Amino acid sequence: MITRKALNMKQQSILLTISLAGVLLITACTKKLDLVPTNDLTADIVYSTPLGYKQALAKVYSAFALTGNTGGVGSPDIPSQIISDEGNSDFLRLYFNLQELPTDEAGWTWQNDAGVRGMKEMSWSATNPIINGVYYRSFFQITLANDFINQASDERVSSRGISGADADAIRKYRLEARFIRAYQYWVLMDLFGNPPFVTEETAIGSGIPEQISRAKLFDYIESELKAIEPEMVAARANEYGRADQAAVWALLSRLYLNAKVYTGTERNTDAITYCNKIITAGFVLHPNYRELMLADNHLNTDEFIFTIAYDAAHTQNWGGTTYLAHGPAAVPGSISGTSGPWGGLRHTHTFVNLFADPSGATDKRAQFYTTGQSLIMNDLYTEKDGYSSSKYRNVTRNGSPAPNADPAGNWADIDFPIFRLGEIYLTYAEAVLRGGSGGDINTALGYINALRTRAYDGSTTGNIQAGQLTLDFILDERARELYYEAQRRTDLVRYDKFTTSSYLWAWKGGVFTGRQVDARYNIFPLPSTDLSSNPNLEQNTGY
Amino acid sequence: MKKGLLCLLVSASLLLLTHHSVAQASTVTGRVLNSLNQPLQGVSVKIKTSAVATVTNEAGVFSIAARPGDVLQFTYVGFDLVEAPVVSGSIPDIIMKQGMANLNEVVVIGYGSARKKDLTGAVSTIGTKDFNRGAISTPEQMITGKVAGVSITSNSGQPGAGSTIRIRGGSSLSASNDPLIVVDGVPLENSNIPGASNQLSLINANDIESFTILKDASAAAIFGTRASNGVILITTKRGSTGKVRVTASSVNSVSVVTKNVDVLSAGQFRDIVSKNGTPAQVAMLGSANTNWQDEIFRTAFSTDNNISVTGGINKLPYRFSIGYQNQDGVLKTDNLQRTSANLVINPSFFDNHLKVDVNLKGTLQQARFANQAAIGSAITFDPTQPVRVRDGDRFGGYYEWLDPASATGLMALAGRNPVGLLEQRFDEGRPSRAIGSVKLDYKFHFLPDLHAVVNAGLDLSEGKGTVYVSDSAAAGYVAGGNGGENNRYRQTKKNSLFEFYFNYVKDLKNIQSRIDVTAGYSYNNYLSTVYNFASFTARGDKYPNTDPAFPFNKPENTLLSYFGRLNYNFMDRYLLTATIRRDGSSRFAPSNRWGTFPSVALAWSMKEESFLKNSNTISDLKLRLGYGVTGQQDGIGNYDYLAYYSLSSGSAAYQFGDTYYQGFRPGGFYANRKWEETATTNLALDFGFLNDRITGSVDFYYKKTSDLLNNIPQPAGTNFAAFIVANVGDMTNKGVEFNINTKPVVRKDLEWNVGFNVTYNKNNITNLTVVPKDKNYPGFPSGAIAGGIGGQFAFINAVGGSRNTFYLYEQVYDKDGKPLEGVFVDRNEDGIINQNDLYKGKNSVPEVFMGFNTSVTFGKWNASTALRANVGNYVYNNIYSQTGTRSQILGNSVLYNTSTNYLETNFNGNSQELLSDYYIQNASFLRMDNLNLGYDLRRGFKHYNMRLSATVQNVFVITKYKGLDPELSGGIDNNFYPRPRIFSLGVNLTL
Repeated sequence: MITRKALNMKQQSILLTISLAGVLLITACTKKLDLVPTNDLTADIVYSTPLGYKQALAKVYSAFALTGNTGGVGSPDIPSQIISDEGNSDFLRLYFNLQELPTDEAGWTWQNDAGVRGMKEMSWSATNPIINGVYYRSFFQITLANDFINQASDERVSSRGISGADADAIRKYRLEARFIRAYQYWVLMDLFGNPPFVTEETAIGSGIPEQISRAKLFDYIESELKAIEPEMVAARANEYGRADQAAVWALLSRLYLNAKVYTGTERNTDAITYCNKIITAGFVLHPNYRELMLADNHLNTDEFIFTIAYDAAHTQNWGGTTYLAHGPAAVPGSISGTSGPWGGLRHTHTFVNLFADPSGATDKRAQFYTTGQSLIMNDLYTEKDGYSSSKYRNVTRNGSPAPNADPAGNWADIDFPIFRLGEIYLTYAEAVLRGGSGGDINTALGYINALRTRAYDGSTTGNIQAGQLTLDFILDERARELYYEAQRRTDLVRYDKFTTSSYLWAWKGGVFTGRQVDARYNIFPLPSTDLSSNPNLEQNTGY
Repeated sequence: MKKGLLCLLVSASLLLLTHHSVAQASTVTGRVLNSLNQPLQGVSVKIKTSAVATVTNEAGVFSIAARPGDVLQFTYVGFDLVEAPVVSGSIPDIIMKQGMANLNEVVVIGYGSARKKDLTGAVSTIGTKDFNRGAISTPEQMITGKVAGVSITSNSGQPGAGSTIRIRGGSSLSASNDPLIVVDGVPLENSNIPGASNQLSLINANDIESFTILKDASAAAIFGTRASNGVILITTKRGSTGKVRVTASSVNSVSVVTKNVDVLSAGQFRDIVSKNGTPAQVAMLGSANTNWQDEIFRTAFSTDNNISVTGGINKLPYRFSIGYQNQDGVLKTDNLQRTSANLVINPSFFDNHLKVDVNLKGTLQQARFANQAAIGSAITFDPTQPVRVRDGDRFGGYYEWLDPASATGLMALAGRNPVGLLEQRFDEGRPSRAIGSVKLDYKFHFLPDLHAVVNAGLDLSEGKGTVYVSDSAAAGYVAGGNGGENNRYRQTKKNSLFEFYFNYVKDLKNIQSRIDVTAGYSYNNYLSTVYNFASFTARGDKYPNTDPAFPFNKPENTLLSYFGRLNYNFMDRYLLTATIRRDGSSRFAPSNRWGTFPSVALAWSMKEESFLKNSNTISDLKLRLGYGVTGQQDGIGNYDYLAYYSLSSGSAAYQFGDTYYQGFRPGGFYANRKWEETATTNLALDFGFLNDRITGSVDFYYKKTSDLLNNIPQPAGTNFAAFIVANVGDMTNKGVEFNINTKPVVRKDLEWNVGFNVTYNKNNITNLTVVPKDKNYPGFPSGAIAGGIGGQFAFINAVGGSRNTFYLYEQVYDKDGKPLEGVFVDRNEDGIINQNDLYKGKNSVPEVFMGFNTSVTFGKWNASTALRANVGNYVYNNIYSQTGTRSQILGNSVLYNTSTNYLETNFNGNSQELLSDYYIQNASFLRMDNLNLGYDLRRGFKHYNMRLSATVQNVFVITKYKGLDPELSGGIDNNFYPRPRIFSLGVNLTL
């Protein structure tokens, strides 16, 4: 064996060099395994400024409008396992499809699109992507709201050194996050009955939520709305796009109108109470019905109570009103203000026949596009069968493109009213007819005739007499006034006409003349994916 | 790291510059031939008494500094050792015989090498002589079908396209199933570079000496964390001392498309529209007869030229090569050009106590990527319309569907002219890559059995390019004309590697043992920089609100590892290998960060036992048994264990008042994520008969993956992402591999080799849920089907079945066997057909695949062929399902062509037929990959050799499958870039 002494100087120096290089490298390379992202931020940085709070709130709201964190597609909120095409994963498109496609108001041509088959036929299952999409979209927004509510607690805000007017503003944001959460719980209660229940107390990343019954959830929503109501920004006083007291009242009125469905108990008096609050807050009908769903309808603050705000430059997605402007079959791009139709949405003739005059000449709400379309929906999945609609048009009141219009004609600028005064008038009248107190039949008739006078372009020729004001008339009037505003399924369920034989429309239950279906279809099944990840859940009856 | 690497490079260069003296020796040259007098390339030539060594070049020629009286040792894989004394400056031709005494053959394994006879794990090596020949644009094509247990499926016929490589079926569901690839000791990151079709295409196949594939845990566990899917070690050619040798090669080829998707001819199309269309639709018909597929495909030429120089300057062995490849794709406008250079210097110092390996590879690519949307468009575009119209050049002169009522003048949602899609889009990538590594292997002066090895590597790459679409192109047309696209992209990657290990080898003769111990440390860092850009019109005007939220992003991850290995050989009969590796990954929370991955394997070399020692029939017999655990963390997010918020882009903002606010979105996170682990058991028998005229092995394996990194749904309301990668579930792969190589004829002028391998692999998912085997959970879907918006899936990954099991409706047929449209079997008998009636059917992954190759050498002629077969796999024919209906033709705003399948089914398209199992077709196939004929043109002059070869690749496919090509790694046939048949001529010249 060669001893160290036997090494000559040069060899020693080489050894030394290698050892040195080795040591140097190991030192340089034992970099910590704690790496952090370049652009993503921790909660403490995001919420370090009042602006950060507002931007976090912007995400809570924009989860209504957008599909993800980039315009168009690219960074989805809802993973592809639930909705493989991000463009279908926004709230309104999914919600519209559940509220409209099973009803008389709409059919969709492309049956090979995920989840479409079975909608109109009322044969959906717990793996339907549209049903699952709404469910996970609602919970996504609820989870965002829960996180925001935690981050905006008084302790955290003050611990981050924010005080005074900034802290006051954040307190309002927090109430609005609670409102959005309550709205989405209302959606879940209405569609699914008995969803799992999470609040800001629920830990993120662990834990298995309990299921809540429909009646209990009703109580929760009611108590939340009542708790935030006094402190919300006053009606019509908030920034555009944000919820105010009137939005809370509107949701309460809708909640109470449908209370019997949810709890078995009528709450019509409460519905009237909150309708009155809205009506006396200064809202009036916008004079021209055909200006309701245009690219510059953010100007309709006279009638709109709470909207989802879309913008072709800043809030781009393939759902929302982009879907509602492109979706209807055959409507040329020159009318819809888009690059052209997607050929999908058509009305059943049953719905069109609810209009005494579907031409639009008298009742301006009849905005049917009939060129090349047959009135009769002979085939559920044929583009030309059934009238189409031009209710949503991506042009301004004077017919020109919106200031932020998309030159390619893809994205829409039309805002979507979740609540508008038209619905409140109808709710008032219906609650009165259902025996609620706090209102009267003459006022109700007045409200209905106000809607009809506007529909008849200021003429009273369409007005009705007191004797005509029946519950069935209200249901039909709601169809005429609110069609394609994602309300129809809830209305038909409330009238017990959604699954029963008391009202049959074309293709109800998958047959041309319509047929009764099982009562289980009044609510949707909980997604099978959630049943498997949450052992506390029990599937809705019949599914 | 940068600092460290710099130190190392400086010290290495200092070493190189150090002047030192070695006892005078003169250059000795010679040539090594096989028994057929053919030159043997890559033979290791070593002076017996020292470590001076070189290898032979392509002409079998070597030169080495030696003194008279030295003895040269010649070793070569599969050949008997030859020794020859040095008498003068040249020695007579050395003839090496193939034989049984190949057991001293050395195989590259992780962190060092091992004698083949000491191996206890499942290791396969493929050297130059076994490579597939012909026009090769990406290295893995050279070993397709050669190795049992390894399935390589090219992803398309595009030049340079990558491949899906699966070793023993892949061991993961949601994390990566790709093997780890290590090039000259530098592990590559498992991701692509934008602008390059495939990261391996940046390595010149001509520079590769061998592939070693580590298949079982015992062989691969030394790579611990990244070895679950096997490891492929690529070794490039080395330098050699002696005279300068120049090798030049050129391969020139022609690629042709052999088959089109069957669609209606213009005449058939006209008939159907005339009979069934509305008057408006009949009026839409044009008068042309266009075969759109002929219009987009072409015969493509390509050339691949390489020059390499090896030699020694002042005893400094080097190899330098440059290559230039220019390949056209069969899809018009597709082109790939690659220039590569490779420099290897491998000097030794201090009587070979210090060996230095410096390896530098550089590649520049220039590619134009054809718009592959044209493939689908060509299948469906109306065949009665012309390619170009005369009047007006509004859309570049291409025929397009127009709509006077639309703002752009174009019909919305109509297909665009396939030729226009190609010719009006310039998607040009200019990726580059440099891989440098320095390895210092120091044998201690005071303890020569002990080596200290430092290996440092840097893999730098840049992907960048531009996409330009003319503003007159229909695909990007905007009302007013200022549309199109003029965008750029850029991404750089820096992957750093540092390793340090000791290796101690000792023959302990007195106890008939040999030990080989390795212990070391490894650091890998993967850093990317992704630049974000706004979108621009063709004229260069910025599209509003397209500014990215951030100018760049730098995702990064780091792996730290400590590893050790013991090889113990007792009496050359009983072998033990034990390894252990401890890995830390930055992708996990500190509490779950470290994983320990052990393996142990035993082998019994029965041939060495007295009862076989003298057998003439059995020349080799070895039983191997191994068990080991490997880990997996590839294919998951870098930072998901922490909660982070990401800012939305300006086009995903929300309006409050008059201001648009970009939102902060919290990302899904999962703090408890940990290593996915795969335990593999391997039982194998290696055999050789008749002096190794017949050799082979059979391996049985069982792999169980637990804590699957599995993208599973979170209970709604408990996370910001509805699905997150968590450690839930188990999966198994079990299989058998068999390979055999025989030499039925070995004569002086005729040699015939036959090789065959077959693999059976059965994948089974055993659990996917937190609550084990939850019946509520149907499994998760995969395999998106085209057709219909919103996406539907063809597969389900569910407990009790294999990955990618078809999950479709069961079709009902009439008495003539014709499918009844929209009629499916009500499998749960509840009276309605809905998603609950989908059933688990056939599988898209073959359970059996095999490779067969044979070569005959007759004098100067050589012929070889390679065939490959997959058995038992099925493909969903999405071309049939998406286009084979009448509503495809007549149900849209414009007319579309259909698959001829429509003529068989007459489907209207008014049902949920997309999800019918009618569209599943048997895709078992037999393919001749390669047919090669070569001729060695030797003159009397022994230092000169020329080889001519002619090759046909993708010669034929035999299959029942009705679509274009049954071999689809995804199992869904749609928009497939056809694999061309390639005819090539090559010449290889060695001076």
